[in-house]
Amino acid sequence: MFEIAVIGAGPGGLSAAARCAELDVEHVLLESSPKIANTIQKYQKGKHVMAEPGILPLRSPIEFDAGKREAILGNWETGIKTVGVNIQYGAEVKAISGSQGNFVISLMNGEEVLARHIILGIGLQGNPRQMGVPGEQSEVVQYTLDDPGEYKDESIAIIGAGDAAIENAIALAANNKVYIVNRKDEFARAKEGNLNLIMAAIDAGTIECYYDSSPAGVEALDGGDFPANLLLKTATGDAVVPLHRIIARLGAIPPRKLVESFGIEFPSEDQNAIPALTSQYESNVTGMYVIGALGGYPLIKQAMNQGYEVVEYILGHDVKPADNDLLAAKLNGLPYELEVDGVLALMQERIPVFADVNALQFRELMLDSNVSMPAKGDVIFKQHDYTNTFFTILEGTVEIEVNPTLRITANAGSFFGEMSLMSGRRRSASVYAGPRCIVIETPRRSMIKLISSVAAVKRVLDETFIVRTIQQKFAPDTPIEELQPIAARAKMHQFQPKEVIFKEGDEADTLHFIRNGSVTVSIEIDGRDVVMSYVPANTPIGEMALLGNTTRSATVKAAVKTETISLDKESFSLLLERSAGLKERLQAMVKDRHEQNVALQSNSESSDLMSFLMGQGLGEATDVLLIDENICVGCDLCESACAATHDGTSRLNRKAGPTFAHIHVPTSCRHCEDPSCMKDCPPDAIQRGGLGGEVFIGDNCIGCGNCERNCPYGVIQMAYKTEAPSNYWSWMLFGLGQKPGRGKAAVVGESSFKQAVKCDMCKDQSGGPSCVRACPTGAAMRLSPEDFVDLVNVVR
Amino acid sequence: MHISFLNHANGRYFWVAIALVGASIVAYLLQEPHQTPNGGTWLGYTLGTMGALLILWLIYLGRRKRNFAAGWGTVRGWVSAHVYLGTSLLVVATLHTGFQFGINVHTLAYVLMCVVIVSGLYGVWAYRTYPEARNELKRSQTLDDIFLQLEDIDGQLKRDVSALAADIRGVVSSAIDRTEIGGGMYAQLAGVDSSKVMIDGNVYPNTDQVRVVAWLVQRLSLAEGSETGKLSAVVRSYGARQKLLQVIRSDIRFQALQEAWLYLHVPLSIALLAALLTHIVSVFIYW
Repeated sequence: MFEIAVIGAGPGGLSAAARCAELDVEHVLLESSPKIANTIQKYQKGKHVMAEPGILPLRSPIEFDAGKREAILGNWETGIKTVGVNIQYGAEVKAISGSQGNFVISLMNGEEVLARHIILGIGLQGNPRQMGVPGEQSEVVQYTLDDPGEYKDESIAIIGAGDAAIENAIALAANNKVYIVNRKDEFARAKEGNLNLIMAAIDAGTIECYYDSSPAGVEALDGGDFPANLLLKTATGDAVVPLHRIIARLGAIPPRKLVESFGIEFPSEDQNAIPALTSQYESNVTGMYVIGALGGYPLIKQAMNQGYEVVEYILGHDVKPADNDLLAAKLNGLPYELEVDGVLALMQERIPVFADVNALQFRELMLDSNVSMPAKGDVIFKQHDYTNTFFTILEGTVEIEVNPTLRITANAGSFFGEMSLMSGRRRSASVYAGPRCIVIETPRRSMIKLISSVAAVKRVLDETFIVRTIQQKFAPDTPIEELQPIAARAKMHQFQPKEVIFKEGDEADTLHFIRNGSVTVSIEIDGRDVVMSYVPANTPIGEMALLGNTTRSATVKAAVKTETISLDKESFSLLLERSAGLKERLQAMVKDRHEQNVALQSNSESSDLMSFLMGQGLGEATDVLLIDENICVGCDLCESACAATHDGTSRLNRKAGPTFAHIHVPTSCRHCEDPSCMKDCPPDAIQRGGLGGEVFIGDNCIGCGNCERNCPYGVIQMAYKTEAPSNYWSWMLFGLGQKPGRGKAAVVGESSFKQAVKCDMCKDQSGGPSCVRACPTGAAMRLSPEDFVDLVNVVR
Repeated sequence: MHISFLNHANGRYFWVAIALVGASIVAYLLQEPHQTPNGGTWLGYTLGTMGALLILWLIYLGRRKRNFAAGWGTVRGWVSAHVYLGTSLLVVATLHTGFQFGINVHTLAYVLMCVVIVSGLYGVWAYRTYPEARNELKRSQTLDDIFLQLEDIDGQLKRDVSALAADIRGVVSSAIDRTEIGGGMYAQLAGVDSSKVMIDGNVYPNTDQVRVVAWLVQRLSLAEGSETGKLSAVVRSYGARQKLLQVIRSDIRFQALQEAWLYLHVPLSIALLAALLTHIVSVFIYW
């Protein structure tokens, strides 16, 4: 019986086991793979690993500092040997039964391990899905590929049709005979780039593809040229392929199922949800602790600190978390005579929206948040600012100025800023500090994480969002209380891109308010959908037919993933009754829209251009670079200017990207309303800021490449920082150095590594985006979708 | 939207240039009647100094457009001013001469300036004409796209003729192999096509692929049985290849016409700078 069993030898698990060893606690570290830190082993050779967050001190018996993958793994291996960690490799956990003091861990190999406490640090990668056929344990079968360059002149079969399979197949095909086994008759799951590569390779014969085929077994061979046969079931019968190696890339089994089978509960079905934990990392199963990425902490240093702390907690030692000093500094200056934990508890007690958040999550939230005490009358944010943080009021009041005639006072315990948080759009009101107020500002990313894991927070925010939206947009002079019954009847809807919200000719029974995303309005002319206009978030849609009591005059479709709030006919009439002047304002809006529609309708080329722009995903853009091909002379000064002002790498590719009529959409960041790149950035290096709302990547980027993969438009690259450009005059007069903004720039220093780079809208340049400023003819322009109507309507 | 360098800031520099030209002309007409118009009068020096400063500033565009970090206006604005003020120089400098010309370095500087300005005016026209013409020609595709299509069609043709008679195989593959694209400056500007084809051991010019298409059509009329269908497919593909080559050739020609003026404009500006310095220095030496 071990005192502590640690499952998973990642950074957190290693640190925990090392702490046990240091304290002479009877322990075992169970690792399913044959090496430590499986996820980091899978990084490419020589990859630079960063040690974010820089401000957090490391607390662990084993070393960790930013550096090359090999050095870090080497340090850890030495570290666990030195302290004497008891590690079992190849010990994959199948099930856990029992309870605190008497857990039984069953392994895949049939063994059982007994422990009083369990620390789970299995990360999020999951275990690779096995082939599930006889012979899958054979030595020729592997589930990862570290370095394609290691293999030469072999016959290799890749099982799978996803991106990983295709990337491996392409890389191996350079020096080997490669087969790819695809269960279906096409590569439906692959990214477009990979799809083109694999189809070209199959056409050229460099890779042989077995379509509609699945493996039936692996047969070891004695002697001969090949060590094994792969048996395949194909659409035309059985096949036998002699091989040196089989690489199965069938994806991973997400760890959530496994974790749930241990009895650990997740608060919601949301795939980003993390298990509810106490401030001491204990799950709902007493004696079972969760640390690292699985518990919502994706960074190496956080996981290592938790590994150390959790052992201390289990042993009943009273240690302050490593972040204690950071929080103390943050809360310093608040008028409370309390320890950090006390202040945090007070905050949760006073602010109802945080009441249901567990202590650990709240602590994490506060680490990301800022507490400030603005003087009375100070601006907290201005209307039309492009910020999207979330504010809660700890003490005092704030004044929310919705428009010059409407000022609402928000009291302690309430929150504001949720409109921009939800819609990703500019601030809809200005907020000023009231007397003696203390506010907590929380970044969007942290709030989104919280909303996806705590249902109560989501519910409260949604309800408030609806009622405040109705007040702001329709009934500014009506008190919130009177609007509550209308808000209670409102419904939330989600639409996928291109999904129809309502159709031309339908009976009009609801009004939609676009909460986030955007929609296109189209009508059918000669059997063809003609796009009339584009409507961004924070706008009502469908009010025309409701006002006129007629059928829908146009079809409205989601341009991107869109959320709306709908009001039924009765609520709408009630609203018209209670809010004086609303009818007139809506009628004026309807008139504007009619005028716009007529302008577009008369010109089918404009409408085609609008459809094209929407087809390029520009509906979710906030600021996009377009090039008028009719006046572009192809000088590429835009690219040179970008490279010259951004460490030698141009963040735009002028030639790439589609063109319709004379409008070209180069490959360049369009600063999406709800940026996909920001969704999974471990150090939170991607930010949105400033008045322009630009999305930019900070220097704390760890080079993981998540954003590059997540961007649907391929505008993020991984690049080295380069030397400063050479002097213009020495280049011009004597041909010395590089042409400004051109040429291959040198990599700086030995320890440099690739970081993600993308357009930052030249936020650090005075005078605005350098691509547009450098264009000699005026072909380059930056627009937001609201301007598209003007763009397409210019008769040339 | 769509603000080009010509209508930058509602044509601000057009009006500046008009004012400059107008003021110069008025001053010229009003100068003291007994004075012979000359570079040496007070007005002559004023116009000359203005012209010389203008020339230096106009040449500085070469620096400004590569000074990417500069916050001083946009390159579009600079180009707009460059075009309008550069054109106004034609009037300012001519008035400065007082219409006194000769075979000397002073007139050389003037002539060089005129050539530079005229080449620049051609440049304005070319920049407003060719990008649009090329975009329409290529139907919003890039030249690289069209080359890829040509590659595909060449591969397709080679595969298709591999099953046909040896004479067809020989002619089609020689026509593909001997297709010429681009070439020297003259070939690009004039759109010269020096493609060749080998028929019966003799090499013939194959401009615009006419010769090979004619041969294929003739050969098709002699074809029999299954050959007919296959050969007519080849003829169709070849027609598509001919069209692609026309587009490529026109685009290269348009691009050459769009850029060629710079090879005159820039070096002659440097020559003008040298002649201008000589002009100024000599005027002061022989004062």
